[in-house]
Amino acid sequence: MLFENLSAKLQDTFKRLRGKGKLSEKDVDAALREVRLALLEADVNYKVVKDFIAAVKERSLGSDVMASLTPGQTVIKIVHEELTRLMGEQAAKLTKAKSPPTIVMLVGLQGSGKTTSAAKLASLLKKGGGNPLLVAADIYRPAAIKQLQVLGEQVAVPVFQLGGQDPVQIARAALEYARKHSHDYLLVDTAGRLHVDAELMEELARMQAALQPQEILLVVDAMTGQDAVTVAKAFQEKLMLSGIILTKLDGDTRGGAALSVRAVTGCPVKFAGLGEKTDAFEPFYPDRMASRILGMGDVLTLIEKAQAAIDEDKAREMERKLRRQQFTLEDFLEQMQQLRKMGPLSQLVEMLPGVGGLGKKLKGLQVDEKEFKRAEAIILSMTKKERLNPSIINSSRRKRIAAGSGTRIQDVNNLLKQFEMMQKMLKQFSKLEKGKSRSRGHGRFPFM
Amino acid sequence: MGFLSKIKAGLQKTRSSLMARLEGLFVRNTFDEAFYEELEEILIGADVGVETTLLLVEKLRAKIQEEKIRDGDRVIEVLKELILDILGRETTPLQLDGTGPAVILVLGVNGVGKTTTIGKLAKLFRAENKKVLLAAGDTFRAAAGEQLQIWAERSGSELVKHQQGADPAAVIFDAITAAVSRGYNVVLCDTAGRLHNKANLMAELKKVHKVVEKALPGAPHEVLLVLDATTGQNALAQAQVFHEAAPLTGLVLTKLDGTAKGGIVIAIAQKLQIPVKYVGVGEGIDDLLPFNPAEYVEGLFAAHT
Repeated sequence: MLFENLSAKLQDTFKRLRGKGKLSEKDVDAALREVRLALLEADVNYKVVKDFIAAVKERSLGSDVMASLTPGQTVIKIVHEELTRLMGEQAAKLTKAKSPPTIVMLVGLQGSGKTTSAAKLASLLKKGGGNPLLVAADIYRPAAIKQLQVLGEQVAVPVFQLGGQDPVQIARAALEYARKHSHDYLLVDTAGRLHVDAELMEELARMQAALQPQEILLVVDAMTGQDAVTVAKAFQEKLMLSGIILTKLDGDTRGGAALSVRAVTGCPVKFAGLGEKTDAFEPFYPDRMASRILGMGDVLTLIEKAQAAIDEDKAREMERKLRRQQFTLEDFLEQMQQLRKMGPLSQLVEMLPGVGGLGKKLKGLQVDEKEFKRAEAIILSMTKKERLNPSIINSSRRKRIAAGSGTRIQDVNNLLKQFEMMQKMLKQFSKLEKGKSRSRGHGRFPFM
Repeated sequence: MGFLSKIKAGLQKTRSSLMARLEGLFVRNTFDEAFYEELEEILIGADVGVETTLLLVEKLRAKIQEEKIRDGDRVIEVLKELILDILGRETTPLQLDGTGPAVILVLGVNGVGKTTTIGKLAKLFRAENKKVLLAAGDTFRAAAGEQLQIWAERSGSELVKHQQGADPAAVIFDAITAAVSRGYNVVLCDTAGRLHNKANLMAELKKVHKVVEKALPGAPHEVLLVLDATTGQNALAQAQVFHEAAPLTGLVLTKLDGTAKGGIVIAIAQKLQIPVKYVGVGEGIDDLLPFNPAEYVEGLFAAHT
């Protein structure tokens, strides 16, 4: 139960609803109770949940549901729409200054991921052709400045620092420096602080006054619980928050904090942190998050990633081969290389629809990058002939391949076995495709 | 400052909001459905979690009926007792016995306060005149070693550090070997923050654990999982998965000086029987206190006593 995510829970609930012809108010209540519990377990603040459920219920009891031929789907649609509405509908961009630099302050609790996010944002802006400057204004945590410097070096963005001087002074000096050196973005990494620490909150207010930033982004750990609401409110009372960065979304948290923070501040979530590497940072797409919560999977992101990484002609060719069952180890290698371009496999898997329910099965499937590399090495150690026709790989060939790829014969055997299994599976798939009926598969979208 | 006063200071904000609601709740003499629903919300609002909350309320209901309780104050006493049944009533000290140095492994997801906690623990041991060695096992995060270095200086401990990107198991092995030969009493091992759903990082942790076992018989003496009190239900998953990778002996609940209640430790205690051993209540080196369940719960409900 622990690893089932919100998507899975809601899917379960609505599977029951989907089977029903007509809904009574009682049915709706039962479904919404499940939604309520799921949202609470997902760490959405209980007050936010209450409002949300009330809104959904009101709409569900309206004529459109009762009269609908497919009431289950209509309720799901309403839940999805309300969730999307709550999350905000579009990816929000950074507000730019009329004359550069655009000033961005990152604020938040200790350990929420401000420093890492600052470096990631800098990297993103740089890749977009910008010339950002990072400012080390965390003078309290031991080695915080050093951390930003190391990260700055990694993303090749300069870091402005004045050691342990007053953060307001640092901010002023950094702004002057940025203007002189024509930086178009000034990204200020502030110290983590508790929202109840009056003195440090006052410091932020003074920095805001000195910098007049276009953006003050509250960095929120996606794993935050009920307190997210209190924290966000406190920061908003003191500062002109303009947006949220949601970090550690690559964890298995259900991420209800995103809903809570959005609901109480009204600020859009602008970016999402998805890992420890400096490029694991993306614009936040609220509609997709809502879809993901509802078990539709983050299909849009996946498609975009795939498009960016895969040559369309090659993809078509691959599909043709798959259908004709001419899939060879050569193709397997190519596919693996393209998959790797799309990002860590575990992330891709999470974006697929219906994975909520499959979570447990997929846990064992987690492939780390090393295994990928090993498989790649093995295939690369085969001759072209072997790749096209693996059945000729006898034991002496196996020995040679293992030696050539620096692996054990066992590994070669495993890979060949996996490939064989994959071929079998593909055969079954194409059989299924031919006799395709309206049967409900695991991966089908609940709306369809 | 004693445990109670620190906890009280830390929980001040928590209490004011929680207690305002509880007080409103408990002045009633009859307990209807709305009463229980509101009680559920209070517990869920403290991050206790749906399952444990429902369990607690269920038990409370039974008790109220069984003992024909009509008095609001009595209800809160019963509720406290129910929570203490789960948390245990005694402070659980660290188990550091053995012939050689005591090895403490400190684990957790990113940003919970592992390094800070190690600095504070080092200070506690130094105050007992123990020789303390810190192992910079977080070789991944930028400047993690430097951060630990500063805590070593502040606490008067020594540090074993390799360069960034080094094998954490090797760093920790070196530290333990050095501690044995140079007669240290305690080795505190820092590890990189890792999300528990990253299979490769959890495998690395298993390896670290194995290496520690090999480096010194009986080690690790303590495996502490650091949890951020701000974290919601995910903390339970963290505890479960870390527990599988490296059997945990205790929890450290950090950032309890904010408004977060850290109620998830009740759910963890209930499911996994892992005791909270310390709580972090600030950024200062002395802001780490042994966890006393009775006083913790007392602190939560202090306005009623």
